[in-house]
Amino acid sequence: MGLLFHIGRYFEFLRQVVGRPERAKLYLQRTLEEVDLLGVRSLGIVALLSVFMGAVITLQTSSNIDAAWIPRYVVGFTARQSVILEFSPTIISLILAGKVGSNIAAEIGTMRVKEQIDALDIMGVNSASYLVLPKIVAAMVINPFLIVISMFLSIFGGWVVSIGTGVVSPTDYITGLQWDFDPFTVTYALIKTVVFAFIITTVAAYHGYHTQGGALEVGRSSTTAVVYSSILILIANYLLTQLLLI
Amino acid sequence: MIEVVGLSKRFGEQQVLRGIGATFEKGVVNQVIGRSGSGKSVLAKCIVGLHTPEEGRVLYDGRPFFEMTLEEKRTIRQEIGMLFQSSALFDSMTVEDNVMFPMRMFTSMALEAMRERARVCLERVDIIGKEKLFPAELSGGMQKRVGIARAIALTPKYLFCDEPNSGLDPQTAILIDELIKELTEEYGTTTIVITHDMNSVMETGQNIMFIHDGQKWWQGDRQQLLDSSDQELNDFVFASDLMRQARRAITGRVQ
Repeated sequence: MGLLFHIGRYFEFLRQVVGRPERAKLYLQRTLEEVDLLGVRSLGIVALLSVFMGAVITLQTSSNIDAAWIPRYVVGFTARQSVILEFSPTIISLILAGKVGSNIAAEIGTMRVKEQIDALDIMGVNSASYLVLPKIVAAMVINPFLIVISMFLSIFGGWVVSIGTGVVSPTDYITGLQWDFDPFTVTYALIKTVVFAFIITTVAAYHGYHTQGGALEVGRSSTTAVVYSSILILIANYLLTQLLLI
Repeated sequence: MIEVVGLSKRFGEQQVLRGIGATFEKGVVNQVIGRSGSGKSVLAKCIVGLHTPEEGRVLYDGRPFFEMTLEEKRTIRQEIGMLFQSSALFDSMTVEDNVMFPMRMFTSMALEAMRERARVCLERVDIIGKEKLFPAELSGGMQKRVGIARAIALTPKYLFCDEPNSGLDPQTAILIDELIKELTEEYGTTTIVITHDMNSVMETGQNIMFIHDGQKWWQGDRQQLLDSSDQELNDFVFASDLMRQARRAITGRVQ
């Protein structure tokens, strides 16, 4: 099916999702559950990736800065800028597109092929809204927290490397972290994160919701959801950078 | 009572339903039979509004479904209970939560009242002491019964059952058929059962409709079914030796 068909159906799906919310209390309860499922349960992988990401950025920057006229604190500065501007919001979001996106597409796809979504529709429940809206809200709320944690842990990873290996002194590293800091970079990163969270949840839910067939198709929807949300994240990343930083 | 008038549905080039008209009576088990792919499940999905037909009307006690506003459709849907072929229980919820789900969504009942109603519905389908189990921990027959309990939780006026005894052993299948018949009489629902299980038709069929090639081919009761000389219907219903012997024993007919 053509790209235009999918774009049209995606926006029609979004209209359904925000169309008619069911009982507010149930939605709140479901949103809290999704915060735990999509956010809190991703904390481990985010933490692990972030620490190593920060450590590697510090090592690589240090090994590539060998000119005597470049001050060593540039290592800390570069690590901070790379982590805040790009690595934490974009790379972690791409990882979450794989982990959370495939989970959402598989969950909703399985519900579709097992007729559970039909059951909701027949009861008179707006199935798209009931299943998807709490996920979107949860991800848009919790992902910025995950990314802020990722930023701290990445910078912490770099600091541990500076102590452990001596490629840069901890003092230089910390001086670099504080040098020429623009708080807007964090705002920019968080805006990106919220947009990426919307892309991850809606694209995955769209593919899951329109699954037809059986287990094989659920797997296919899951894979397609990850591929498309990753591509859209990269495009949105470029556009947001152009809009907000240039 | 549900009336279907001139219902037609196509998927791409394939015409699945061709101008079907039928009346499904209140308080009796109305059965729709037909070969796989004959369009009976599509008919049920059109009646409940999961598919939109190209032509035709569906009237719920005289109320035209497709002409309704979204809000009116939602009200009608709260009067519908449906048992799916796969039971369609929510995997992430316990048995009790599955049965309480329609009450949570559409009533302002207190938690204790919902629990009590769920217990009554589960007892009615003979599921006792399984409230805290998840669907995956139940047998196929139990899942069907929980599906029925969920379908009757809001005391529906209309009950749809899509192949209710597929995948069940004959004994459990008969229990499910009997349960559907009892509930239909007890609640006075308009019940439509989609099936190709001839045992079920002979056990509980009161108003039977045979769909062939997307059209209503034949309609009648059990006795008329046994007496029918329609070749297509006979080829389908009496395909097995067992069914032919049963007809011979009841009516004395050989062919």
